[in-house]
Amino acid sequence: MGTNKLQALSSIESVLIRLGIAGIFLFETTLTIVLPPYSLKPLIKQIAFIGARSLLVIVVAGLFVGMVIALQFYDTLVRFGSVSLLGSAVGLSLIRELGPVLTALMVIGRSGSAMCAEIGIMRVDNQIDALECMAIDPYRYLFAPRILAGIICVPILTAIFILVGIFGGYFVGVVLFGVSPGSYFQGMSDTVLNRDLFMGFSKSLVFGLLIVWIACDKGFNLHLDKHGAYGSEGVSRITTEAVVLSSIAVLFSDYLLSALIL
Amino acid sequence: MIDPKIKNVIEIKGLDTWYGSKQILSNISLHVERKEVMVIMGHSGSGKSTLLRHMIGLNNPASGSIKLLGKEITGLKSNELYELRKHIGVAFQNGALFSSMTLQENVELPLHEHTKLDHNTIRIMSRLKLELMNLSDNEDLMPAELSGGMLKRAGLARAVIMDPEILFFDEPSAGLDPVTSAELDDLILQLRDALNMTIIVVTHELVSAFKIADRITVIDNGQQIITGDKETIKKSTDPRIVNMLERRAMNDDIDADDYLNKLTRN
Ligand SMILES: Nc1ncnc2c1ncn2[C@@H]1O[C@H](COP(=O)(O)OP(=O)(O)OP(=O)(O)O)[C@@H](O)[C@H]1O
Ligand SMILES: [Mg+2]
Repeated sequence: MGTNKLQALSSIESVLIRLGIAGIFLFETTLTIVLPPYSLKPLIKQIAFIGARSLLVIVVAGLFVGMVIALQFYDTLVRFGSVSLLGSAVGLSLIRELGPVLTALMVIGRSGSAMCAEIGIMRVDNQIDALECMAIDPYRYLFAPRILAGIICVPILTAIFILVGIFGGYFVGVVLFGVSPGSYFQGMSDTVLNRDLFMGFSKSLVFGLLIVWIACDKGFNLHLDKHGAYGSEGVSRITTEAVVLSSIAVLFSDYLLSALIL
Repeated sequence: MIDPKIKNVIEIKGLDTWYGSKQILSNISLHVERKEVMVIMGHSGSGKSTLLRHMIGLNNPASGSIKLLGKEITGLKSNELYELRKHIGVAFQNGALFSSMTLQENVELPLHEHTKLDHNTIRIMSRLKLELMNLSDNEDLMPAELSGGMLKRAGLARAVIMDPEILFFDEPSAGLDPVTSAELDDLILQLRDALNMTIIVVTHELVSAFKIADRITVIDNGQQIITGDKETIKKSTDPRIVNMLERRAMNDDIDADDYLNKLTRN
């Protein structure tokens, strides 16, 4: 029994240490974001990397999600005779929950995983050591533009997802089921409050940070991972871990933020 | 900031280091003088690369002191370490080129990051170094399109682009044909004589070591066996050195039972 307790303690300890390392990672990166010199070019490159990679899937996913929730809500609302609420139902669910969360999950799949693998390969191949030997700070050179691009791109992609989703809902509700277009948009603009917009926006901001933070930290600290191989197998392992971890982090913080703001 | 007259550009005293519970280096003490080529020899896994990583502050020792250009680097703040590293160049065993950049972009990166030179000047400087490494026809290729020998020379070109005072070179000749590796040896001597660099080379190629070295340090199993000039090494009577010079396998006589136990252990 004593050894079990000890094992549990030491695994809690190692989790806490790992969290501390991730915290230091974010702190160091934030410092280089805040302190000069600033450079725009790498930031633009990363925005293109995250934005361009995910734009198409975001548009397609937004369209179908908007369509299917309009379909579901229409079927429910029609039983209560209140199809005029369709616009607000679609708008609210997209803005408050589905837009931020699904966009984040798409970005994890498209960009978070690629980013984690890229950094992990740089670690395994000594490229990060080489950067440090050239007196180039990896936090400034690699991570500052990526973190910034994450918190810029994910809110924008979320907005696109929501807009496309609203039009997907419009197509199903108004064009297919004949809800009046006026009531669709009027209902939406009547019920969506600033607080809802704020909730969607702050969620997407936090998700953007979480995704890039976890992906980059996992890749950068690959060598600290004591369980298992360090080479290319290590890269594939931490990439999977980063995808799972950031998805869970997104869903968990989604609940926290909803509870906090509501 | 750095004293240009300092005699020993590297001074290591009593360096011990561990990976987990395994001791990798024990009680290493050596110094490297300005403008000499110091070769670190030893067989695979003896801790040569680890020693190199300590000299440039990539690993932290368990105990001991390491002075780089007169400055103690154990426990140095990261911005001071970066300042110091602007005076060194490191060529890694595998080249460690950035795979998302062309050869030329790789070589130019330190200049873009650390100098305010204009684009054309930087281009000329990188072409000079690529020319020196015989790579000028390949400047637009990506690292994945280069051969092993080219990667090594490219890594070297990037390491010397800022004209460092000290160059670290891990395994210049491993995996190369004899002609290419002889060319690299000449290049190393050229860098010392023409550009006044202090050079630390890790290798296990005997011929190459004796061609380029001013002094040699031999490491075996994390122990420093000997440090001295070529004559000292040749005259050494230490059986491990004699074996190495005569390229004899270092098999101790093994007890048959021990050997069987070793093979069947689980
Ligand atoms: N990241 C690491 N974690 C744990 N052990 C390591 C690590 N890197 C190296 N080692 C161990 O340290 C010892 C020395 O390794 P090192 O790379 O310094 O050898 P080397 O002399 O450079 O060998 P080679 O000539 O093959 O390059 C080896 O036994 C190796 O297993
Ligand atoms: Mg080595």
